[in-house]
Amino acid sequence: MIAGQTSETGRTGRVLAAEARVVIVGAGHAGGTAAALLRQYGFAGPITLVGEEPLPPYQRPPLSKAWLKGEADADALALRPDSYYAEQAIALRLGARVEAMDLAGRTVTLQGGERLAYDRLILATGARARRIPLPGLELPGVHELRTAADAEALKQALGRGRRLAVIGGGYIGLEAAASARALDAEAVVIEREPRLLARVACAALSNFFQDYHAARGVAFVLGADVQAIVGEGRAEGVRLADGRILSCDAVLVGVGAVPNQELAQAAGLACEGGIRVDLRARTSDPHVHAIGDCTRRPLPLYGQAHRLESVPNALEQAKQAAADLCGRPEPAPEVPWFWSDQYDLKLQIAGLPFDVAQTIVRGEPTTARFAVFHLDPEHRVQAVEAVNAAPEFMAGRLLIGNRKPVAPEKLRDMSVSMKEVAA
Amino acid sequence: MAKITYIAHDGSERTVDVKPGLSVMEGAVKNNVPGIDADCGGACACATCHVYVQEPWLDKVGKPSAMEESMLDFAEGVEPNSRLSCQIKVSDALDGLVVKTPESQH
Repeated sequence: MIAGQTSETGRTGRVLAAEARVVIVGAGHAGGTAAALLRQYGFAGPITLVGEEPLPPYQRPPLSKAWLKGEADADALALRPDSYYAEQAIALRLGARVEAMDLAGRTVTLQGGERLAYDRLILATGARARRIPLPGLELPGVHELRTAADAEALKQALGRGRRLAVIGGGYIGLEAAASARALDAEAVVIEREPRLLARVACAALSNFFQDYHAARGVAFVLGADVQAIVGEGRAEGVRLADGRILSCDAVLVGVGAVPNQELAQAAGLACEGGIRVDLRARTSDPHVHAIGDCTRRPLPLYGQAHRLESVPNALEQAKQAAADLCGRPEPAPEVPWFWSDQYDLKLQIAGLPFDVAQTIVRGEPTTARFAVFHLDPEHRVQAVEAVNAAPEFMAGRLLIGNRKPVAPEKLRDMSVSMKEVAA
Repeated sequence: MAKITYIAHDGSERTVDVKPGLSVMEGAVKNNVPGIDADCGGACACATCHVYVQEPWLDKVGKPSAMEESMLDFAEGVEPNSRLSCQIKVSDALDGLVVKTPESQH
């Protein structure tokens, strides 16, 4: 902290003047929601929403699901109708890439040299698909799935009889494989770890999803070491370390995401696997907030900081930033949660499995309706993974938030309702 | 277009035109009507688009699915006329529908 900035750090010190200029960098779910909430909370000053993609804010989750299957159009994807932004006096600068930020001068510089001055800046730069060094990655027919343009390209590559090879057995890969099967395309999922969803789900869930996908025609190669994507002028196969070549017409690489923090880092904001923020989405600079996938945020329930890639997190942090800018009280921290749709399965996950002493499966995985609860040593729910099990998810989320211990024998017993377990 | 009226917890009202085929939740979100969070974007996964359907519309909107009912079981302030607005599809038959939003979705 330098002299002269102390007045900015008080409880209400960052409240916006009516004429303050707000610039939001990143027009995704987080950035779009922050702009809308600022208006809902009564801020009437100029808001500029800068997005690198050509589209106004849209929902990414359907890209690997309804969109790939042709069940959602651009209108359904859009967070709000195009007319909304003019009506709300939110200036959209789309197809505009921010090249630099000057924290001292309070400006961002767009590609081409134009500068936008701000009084308050919200960074919502998101994450991008992780790229692994792999020969053949540049071949036509190799896809990643992050943007609407990515999804459109992948959709064109799928269809009856086409063969999709997915590198990475995470949510994106599994959702895309399920969508491919729905389109009568073939799909093989290649994963480095010995099980699917290794970083993000428990073993019981991994096994369940593998069986469910396999029964619907998805092939798996686990514990695989991918050496190259091969093909004459376009992707025609994936070569493994054991010499095998898995033939395909298209490759999707879905091996995680990395935060877009380079701009923030270059400008001097504290970053550490994501832009560091507090529970009001404040960064290390008093005029800059950061929200969504690009941040590393405190998780008060777990006493640590984490980067969360999810829509609920983007919305929660958009609320934090908008509330802070408008002088509203800090919103109560929410229980982190995620969801995934594959075939007729609805997977809902709440919490994070830190400090787990005991894992309890409620229900029978073979019925495709079950939940896995992760308890800490005091029998408090740390996380729940629920497949087609809404009561377990909802009660689990409640229990994670209120830290009430549960009786494991009741939790295990399907004849005891979740209402009673949570009572 | 169907006119849908959203009454906020504080009694303020907004009436907007919603395209048939969209959900009552989408009608709110796309028109910046406050009070409906819809964290999951309509996947019936979060129960943050809870509304109270006002008479005489309760019968016309139909009954919730088993999934929706179990989500509602754990939402705050649930009443017999509670629904998740992402699961109510707007049609010409619902022109004039009135829903109230709860104090909080969390």
